Amino acid sequence: MLGVKNSMNLTRIMALVNKDIKKTVREPAALFLTLLFPVMLMLFFGLAFGRAGGESTYQVGVVNLDAGGPQSRWSGYFLGNLTSVGVIRTVEYAANETAQADLSQGNVQAVLIIPSGFGQSCSSFWTAADPSLWVRASVQLYLDSGSMFATQAIPPIVQQALEATIRGPQRTTAQLPVELASPSLVASAKLTAFDYMAPGVFAFATIFLVLIVSSSFTVEREEGLLRRINTTPATPSEFMTAASIANMISALAQGLLLFVMSLVVGFHSSAGLTGTVMAFAILMVFSLCNVGFGLITATLSKSSGAANGISFIFVIPQMFFGTFVGAALPPDIQVLGRLVPSYYVTDALTSLLLRGAPWTGPTILLDLAVVSAYSVIVLILGVLLFRKYGKSQ
Amino acid sequence: MQASISIDKLTKKYGDVIAVDGLSLEVGEGELFGLLGPNGAGKTTTINVLCGILEPTSGHVNVGGHDVVKELSDVKEAIGVCPQDTAVYPFLTIKENIELFGKMHAMPSDKLEQNLEYVMGKMRLLEWANKRAGTCSGGIKRRLNMAMGLIHDPEIVFLDEPTVGMDVQARHAVWDFTKELKTRNKTVVLTTHYIEEAEQLCDRVAIIDHGKLIALGTPAQLESKSKEKHLEDVFLKLTGSDVRGEE
Repeated sequence: MLGVKNSMNLTRIMALVNKDIKKTVREPAALFLTLLFPVMLMLFFGLAFGRAGGESTYQVGVVNLDAGGPQSRWSGYFLGNLTSVGVIRTVEYAANETAQADLSQGNVQAVLIIPSGFGQSCSSFWTAADPSLWVRASVQLYLDSGSMFATQAIPPIVQQALEATIRGPQRTTAQLPVELASPSLVASAKLTAFDYMAPGVFAFATIFLVLIVSSSFTVEREEGLLRRINTTPATPSEFMTAASIANMISALAQGLLLFVMSLVVGFHSSAGLTGTVMAFAILMVFSLCNVGFGLITATLSKSSGAANGISFIFVIPQMFFGTFVGAALPPDIQVLGRLVPSYYVTDALTSLLLRGAPWTGPTILLDLAVVSAYSVIVLILGVLLFRKYGKSQ
Repeated sequence: MQASISIDKLTKKYGDVIAVDGLSLEVGEGELFGLLGPNGAGKTTTINVLCGILEPTSGHVNVGGHDVVKELSDVKEAIGVCPQDTAVYPFLTIKENIELFGKMHAMPSDKLEQNLEYVMGKMRLLEWANKRAGTCSGGIKRRLNMAMGLIHDPEIVFLDEPTVGMDVQARHAVWDFTKELKTRNKTVVLTTHYIEEAEQLCDRVAIIDHGKLIALGTPAQLESKSKEKHLEDVFLKLTGSDVRGEE
């Protein structure tokens, strides 16, 4: 409109940001969509697909160096006792290196090394009454440090199996010729399905800003509040800037809450501080894109009810092709993801949080550039369309 | 008297519909001016053009010495608006709603705090200051609606049917405050369907119908000219007794 000065007033912008934040916090529907719904989603996926959901059996790799020995039946008894517990399944390896490689990849939760002479050692318990005459041996156990079950439960199970093998059902406090060496903790690179989903869940949650923004603008239009604000010196630029800042703050709060929740339910973030900060920065830039989509939705909608429906034009494609949902689609259809900004957000967050990629990596910077370009274009388009056609429907 | 508002051949069209048709009038500085007319006469459209919400199709409008098209920012600095329909943020408290509009005018915090107490006191809102607007009664919201337009102590005030839906006590509070605005030399443009309200409060009134000015003068002048005892009779004589649609 002619005659409107373009200078921005910080007092007005901050007052409008404060108003928008209060709306998010005080209105149950906005609070639910911004914070509670994403948290519930993260919790659900974490429990359903993460390690917190529990596992029914655990794989223990076995390297039996006593297999060809003269008393090899003892190692057979030992492994039999171990698997009789029910929650342990053994996988035999010929070489320690192979077993260790699988442990570090998370394919097994523990590796047990049965030493050469194990059978002789067990046998000496029965043939020599004097412990000084026993043939000593030491069973080595390596555990996945990332598995709570592996570190807490497997050592006592192995110890019990060892005692049962040597002594049988007879329980004594006497020493054994075979000892279980102090377990070594090995960091496992095993990732759960949830680890692959979590970056997409962050993007998924931010997409719902489309609904919040479109609903907020249409309600304010219906209630005459936009028109009323328009009678004050507040400029459209100030109003839109405030809306953008408020939604970026919402996205940041949402991201922080989700990040904490994801860690609680078992997400293994490989990102350092800078990588994590970069992930949040990308989410905040992405929130601007969804503010733009929200404004376009508000422009197209005659009422807040219609806005809720129309906003799914922007929500559904982003959700299906650009978040964790897309991973389940056939490869031909997955290509469509490159058309939606959420794809690049999920891609960048996956690289940063899951693979621990450096924030200056070319993939990250390219994704950020695409999301930024998308956000600027969509936001400008949304603001222009809303100012021209959306303010007074 | 110096003109605070000057309207020259204002026309506003919505497509083929002419809402305001060549309206010309002036409102003096410190004058309490009534804009009367049946539903759909063009009152609210005129107010919306004066506030800069709508652009005129043709004609010139000057408010507080500023052209509403070319110097809209200056016009917005000078005016306070109480819209016809209650427009308040339901999730903000009474105080926060008023405060927000004070901040829209970039008021210094000490002045804002001072005016808040004053305006809430005048509008009898102090008791509900920290109550969310969405949970208040219609009468409180109407008073809040007016307080939000006056918090920055504007020189020119537009009150578009400010007393609709108010009980007698609240109406009197609004009338008292409106009279006080006049004593402080504020220019007030009041639209109302309560003719006795205009008769009691306004220095001059304009009656418009079908977007055109059909009478202008003090209530006494209009009564005398029409040889009627009450302004309402003058109004009915000039606009007829047919029931009109909403504006």
